[in-house]
Amino acid sequence: MCGAKAGGPDASTIKPGETTIQGQVTRDGEPVTGYVRLLDSTGEFTAEVPTSATGQFRFYAAEGTWTVRALVPGGTADRTVVVAEKGALAEVAIAV
Amino acid sequence: MSRSDVLVDADWVEANLDDPNIAIVEVDEDTTAYEKNHIKNAIRIDWTQDLQDPVRRDFIDQAGFEKLLSEKGIANDTLVVLYGGNNNWFASYAYWYFKLYGHENVKLLDGGRKKWELDARELVDEVPVRPATEYKAKPQNTAIRAFRDDVVAAIGSQNLVDVRSPDEFSGKLLAPAHLPQEQSQRPGHVPSARNIPWSKNANDDGTFKSDEELKELYAEEQVDLAKDTIAYCRIGERSALTWFVLHELLGVENVKNYDGSWTEYGSLVGVPIELGANK
Repeated sequence: MCGAKAGGPDASTIKPGETTIQGQVTRDGEPVTGYVRLLDSTGEFTAEVPTSATGQFRFYAAEGTWTVRALVPGGTADRTVVVAEKGALAEVAIAV
Repeated sequence: MSRSDVLVDADWVEANLDDPNIAIVEVDEDTTAYEKNHIKNAIRIDWTQDLQDPVRRDFIDQAGFEKLLSEKGIANDTLVVLYGGNNNWFASYAYWYFKLYGHENVKLLDGGRKKWELDARELVDEVPVRPATEYKAKPQNTAIRAFRDDVVAAIGSQNLVDVRSPDEFSGKLLAPAHLPQEQSQRPGHVPSARNIPWSKNANDDGTFKSDEELKELYAEEQVDLAKDTIAYCRIGERSALTWFVLHELLGVENVKNYDGSWTEYGSLVGVPIELGANK
């Protein structure tokens, strides 16, 4: 999309104090739309969001180890994310 | 009852979406999703505007349901096929609600909107017009709806299935992580409830797990399905999905959905509450 930046949503729009996991889903370097689910350290479903038109997503979570799973037409991909401390921002790029 | 009596797959919908005797209905948590696009010939039911009493916390009454379905162009013999986002949470809620008012001919699109999108199937923005009908509803079938006193009476005797996430069950959160955390209730769960999150019923693409997998899940969690069961969550939509699994897919008879759920129970004065993880 014209003018869209690579990576997750604009970090200035994060609610103050929130522990955030965000990023972008791409295929061959281009944004792809679909769904992203957040699984906790035991693999249990925690939340799921549709991506934006530019493949971006954001979760407000907590510190700890998480799995972010992208579901898009024709593929899925997992990334492990470690959020070191409360209030931190973890950026994750997912290529499917 | 078999799966084909209550579920259709995306191929079936694609092959039948021009049939005027079928009403495809989208029901979403995000009530604006329909405006972006939807399955061809699908109409929308807005779970907040259309299905709730505008003043009291309760459902629209029998006459209100008749008026709604008449205006939507759904007749008593119309096959209603429901689908939606969030792995069919609100489509399951609408399914249970249609059954509550006695509409027998209703099915869910397995996987809902997500599976349809992941299959890269066609979505359109044209809004269809269905001619009005004169729909007649039945009185509410409260054999499938639990009220707060039923829940209090069920503590320690019936199955109480809390389908929220483990953090909501234990009392760490009051709502799913993508929603604001209301403060009017006390956190926790109904004593003796088992925590079996709704997500354990579904595959990643939103389709339901097989009957064998589902039976194994409830057996592993020590839910004796010979006993009466009440399912609840926060507002009754995720537990409608579990009600669908138990009552419609597995054919368990005495299962009720408690639509008051935690937003009611957690606000009641004097009722027992338990904190902590599933035992």
